[in-house]
Amino acid sequence: MKPVPRIKLKVNGQEYQVEVPADITLLELLREYLSLTGTKEGCGKGECGACTVLMDGQAVNSCLVPAAKAEGSEVLTIEGLASPDGRLHPLQEAFISEGAVQCGFCTPGMIMSAKALLDQNPHPTREEIKVALSGNLCRCTGYAKIITAVEKAAAMIAGEGRG
Amino acid sequence: MYNIKEYYEAATLEEATELLAANPNLTIIAGGTDVLIKMHHGQIEKAELLSIRKIKSLQGIRKLEDGTIIIGPLTTFTQVVNDPVIKDNIPVLAEAALSMGGPQIRNVATIGGNICNGATSADSASTLFALNARLKLQSKLGERVVPIQEFYLGPGKVDLKAGEILTEIIVAPGDYQGYGGHYIKFSMRKVMDIATLGVAVICKIKERNIFADVRIGLGVAGPTPLRCREAEAFAKGKTISRETIAEIGKLAVKSTKARTSWRASKEYREHLVEELTQRALKAAIVKAGGEEIA
Ligand SMILES: Cc1cc2nc3c(=O)[nH]c(=O)nc-3n(C[C@H](O)[C@H](O)[C@H](O)COP(=O)(O)OP(=O)(O)OC[C@H]3O[C@@H](n4cnc5c(N)ncnc54)[C@H](O)[C@@H]3O)c2cc1C
Ligand code: FES
Ligand code: FES
Repeated sequence: MKPVPRIKLKVNGQEYQVEVPADITLLELLREYLSLTGTKEGCGKGECGACTVLMDGQAVNSCLVPAAKAEGSEVLTIEGLASPDGRLHPLQEAFISEGAVQCGFCTPGMIMSAKALLDQNPHPTREEIKVALSGNLCRCTGYAKIITAVEKAAAMIAGEGRG
Repeated sequence: MYNIKEYYEAATLEEATELLAANPNLTIIAGGTDVLIKMHHGQIEKAELLSIRKIKSLQGIRKLEDGTIIIGPLTTFTQVVNDPVIKDNIPVLAEAALSMGGPQIRNVATIGGNICNGATSADSASTLFALNARLKLQSKLGERVVPIQEFYLGPGKVDLKAGEILTEIIVAPGDYQGYGGHYIKFSMRKVMDIATLGVAVICKIKERNIFADVRIGLGVAGPTPLRCREAEAFAKGKTISRETIAEIGKLAVKSTKARTSWRASKEYREHLVEELTQRALKAAIVKAGGEEIA
């Protein structure tokens, strides 16, 4: 096991240079080296989506990204969604107001997948929302409220003119 | 945490083939969605990984002047789904790509990795079999081109010699122009599941209702993806009718080597082959400009 000669990456707009072992994932880098524990580990093998973050604008499972692969990339995690003044992102507000959160373990991943969708497609249909969230599992809510929350967030963003 | 011993990143194809020639223990990693899972399960230990992800010449899809389509092996499934060349010329491949994984996996997984991993369930493989895709393989010593049908040797086994990298997936104009195609992925869950059966059918029609050509590629109907040669030979020149289509479905089963696994029994798989080949063919006929057969 050889240390990677320092990984440089941007997380939530902030530049980091971290020295990490060669064998850790982006998920571990975020949680254990940067203390960003909003991103969750469910299955650790690409099936559940709890670890979803945006890497250069695309939703990825951070458990399937070797940390070394994140070199030079720009990562957005759930911690980076609220405004610096603490105002929540419309997706976060809509998940709360629609009751789309129960235990909350899947929520960061769900919201990041939804964010990737709304960035590319600001007015998705329910069907498009389903496809965008198809890589995220939730044991609690039964999905209907989650889909409605994403619809509502899209409407809020359209109304406010913010992303 | 993965058992990664070394992680090299090649910037160019030359660099990658040099590194592979110098170190036969290197495992190529593209999207990593198969390699990392194997490491997770302990099938690969103390891996020395060679990432080819940043090699520009292996990315993207282009159409040459003569109509040949070259798919770079690093093209992700998301890129295949959205690519204008694929959408305009081989939409059936975009359909197959969209049936694979979920968005996060499609954003990362590559079509080259799908092929080189050698799984009979690979969602891009049955369509590429039907399209007579050819694969360009390059090593420090030179390059060769092999038909995809010969590339698959057995379960998880492909004809990738030491030091070789898949550099191009090639589809000739005669293999897609004038064809309509359809892909059916049959799985237990609607998404995020490995196929119980994958059926890709492309067909070409002449004189309004005669099969000029039918090609059937199946995944998970044997240890490797396969073509249904007997059914295809029967179809050629036949008038399109419910009876012909039913016979094609029956004959397709003859080319399969289905087996019983926890996903499905042999009998069930054979039933699926007969039924889904007909359904895929009916859809392909419409897309090829033929009349709908109920
Ligand atoms: C949650 C999950 C869901 C999945 N769902 C599906 C699905 O629905 N359908 C499906 O078909 N697959 C599925 N897969 C499997 C996998 O994602 C695909 O096979 C994928 O296309 C592999 O591509 P990759 O770039 O990630 O490959 P990698 O893991 O990087 O590589 C795969 C293999 O190919 C070799 N390789 C890669 N590129 C090259 C190259 N250019 N030259 C030579 N060798 C090369 C590697 O050494 C390795 O042996 C799933 C995987 C996961 C984790
Ligand atoms: S923890 Fe990454 S997909 Fe489940
Ligand atoms: S809210 Fe509990 S897993 Fe989704």
